[in-house]
Amino acid sequence: MVKTQRFQIMIIAGAFLVYPFFVSDYFIDIAFYFGIYALLGLSLNIVLGEVGLFDLGHAGFYAIGAYTTAILNTKFGIPIFVLLPVSALAAALFAYLVCSPVIHLQGDYLLIVTLGMGEIVRLALINNPFDLTGGPNGVFGIDFPTFGYGFDIDSSIEFYYLIWIIVALSIFGLIRLQKSRIGRAWNYIREDEIAASANGVDVKNYKLLAFILGAALAGVAGNIYASKLMCVSPESFTFWESCLMFCIVLIGGMGSIPGVIIGAAFISLFPEIFRPFAMYRMLVFGLAMILMMMYRPGGVWPRKRGAVEFRSLLGPAARREDV
Amino acid sequence: MAPLLSIENLHISYGAVQALKGVSLNLDKGEIVTVLGANGAGKSTLMEAISGLVPIRNGTISIAGEPLNKIPAYEIVLKGVSLSPEGRRVFPTLTVDENLNLGAYTRRSRKSEVHNAKERVFSLFPILAERRSQLSGTLSGGEQQMLAIGRALMSSPKILLLDEPSLGLAPILVKQIFDIIREINQQGTSILLVEQNAHKALGVAGRGYVLENGVIITSGPSSVLKSDAKVQEAYLGGSALKLKQQS
Repeated sequence: MVKTQRFQIMIIAGAFLVYPFFVSDYFIDIAFYFGIYALLGLSLNIVLGEVGLFDLGHAGFYAIGAYTTAILNTKFGIPIFVLLPVSALAAALFAYLVCSPVIHLQGDYLLIVTLGMGEIVRLALINNPFDLTGGPNGVFGIDFPTFGYGFDIDSSIEFYYLIWIIVALSIFGLIRLQKSRIGRAWNYIREDEIAASANGVDVKNYKLLAFILGAALAGVAGNIYASKLMCVSPESFTFWESCLMFCIVLIGGMGSIPGVIIGAAFISLFPEIFRPFAMYRMLVFGLAMILMMMYRPGGVWPRKRGAVEFRSLLGPAARREDV
Repeated sequence: MAPLLSIENLHISYGAVQALKGVSLNLDKGEIVTVLGANGAGKSTLMEAISGLVPIRNGTISIAGEPLNKIPAYEIVLKGVSLSPEGRRVFPTLTVDENLNLGAYTRRSRKSEVHNAKERVFSLFPILAERRSQLSGTLSGGEQQMLAIGRALMSSPKILLLDEPSLGLAPILVKQIFDIIREINQQGTSILLVEQNAHKALGVAGRGYVLENGVIITSGPSSVLKSDAKVQEAYLGGSALKLKQQS
């Protein structure tokens, strides 16, 4: 079984590797954004999928990562690759600071707070604090990533490989994390906080850790996004982005890494496929979500055992109906 | 010597609602002590307070003289207190084995310790050994209760807190569970037992406290409580008992 699994993974990896040689730049770019959404989905999956915490402000962390890169690069000329860990740390620190005081909130209350947090980040960016963020126009003229020796990442195909290498590394790390002591603690907390903490799981700090790691990964996505676009503006980090990330995790299956990738594919490819019917796009999208909730509440590719249903996370009130 | 567990003048409130209004009780080493009370008397709140799951408004809880106030729940487990919560709260999507592993969470990766603790649980509850790779959601109510107690034992606690272990179980299973509670106690674990089934609880416990609306109204050795007029009327006597059995 392990053998066939390894074979499947190699086929998929091979397909990703050769894909850009068969399509135009336009489709390579679509695959790049697929990668960005995959990374964002994976980052939100830590918080929403593994621990079951509602976070509708994840675009805020993404924005912090992107703006950290943009500002430090344009003002001080620090190379993008150096800023990759810096952006991750900045987003993680921000998550630590804003989430510590609200980490005890449950279910929909946390959702409201994170929603507000995401909006505050966006509004702060628009208001140009300390003349850093450029207000509604954003920050322009961000460099491409350079490795030195004249090797720059400046074409679609190079960006495509860059993002997917990072996604692959993240997947590898997250699978290891899922199986670790930390991953188990997260899942215990998601299933039953009281039972988990009565058995010696440090609920508060594990929840914070999930937010910190999730934000760091979103910060990485922000870094790459900023250098690919060469500019960042508050419009890229609206509430709608947070919603999309939420949908990616819900569509794919909470806590399921392959599910999140499929969800990201759906979210990023769907608008392209339905471009001729752009007017009805949101209508179809909404319908798809409703059908999903009715027929596959655990997601398209649910986590094998212990599939999580959205409803069961809504809190004790909703859970009581299941009993 | 200070008692193993001592609670003094404990006040707990949920917002404006006072759940416990100055509760004091003791548990000595090797004892089974029961706390009786009707719905809403504050029994589960008391258990959650000892486990550190609800904040203490006033008063102290201490273990062997060491106060527990302000110590987070996960560290209280390390101090040797383990709760089998009301309503079992096993993880239905995990196997029996995995549920027990959670109980050993504080042991980190000391495999032999985990193994020994698990062997002990399996010797107390042989049925769990048979079902070890089964999802716990597919177990019967009684088996789930056994699993919940087993999980709490995995950290080898000095004090085991049992919150309504007979809840929703058939009489024959209740008897079985209480036999095992006695056995766990004989192996050296002190037990604080919260129950609505006063008859059974006073049967295994050496002493008891009666909680009503957040206050301890009477306490004493089980034999005395059994014949106490108030207790008889409220928990043991005629119509009240019958109603309780039916529900």
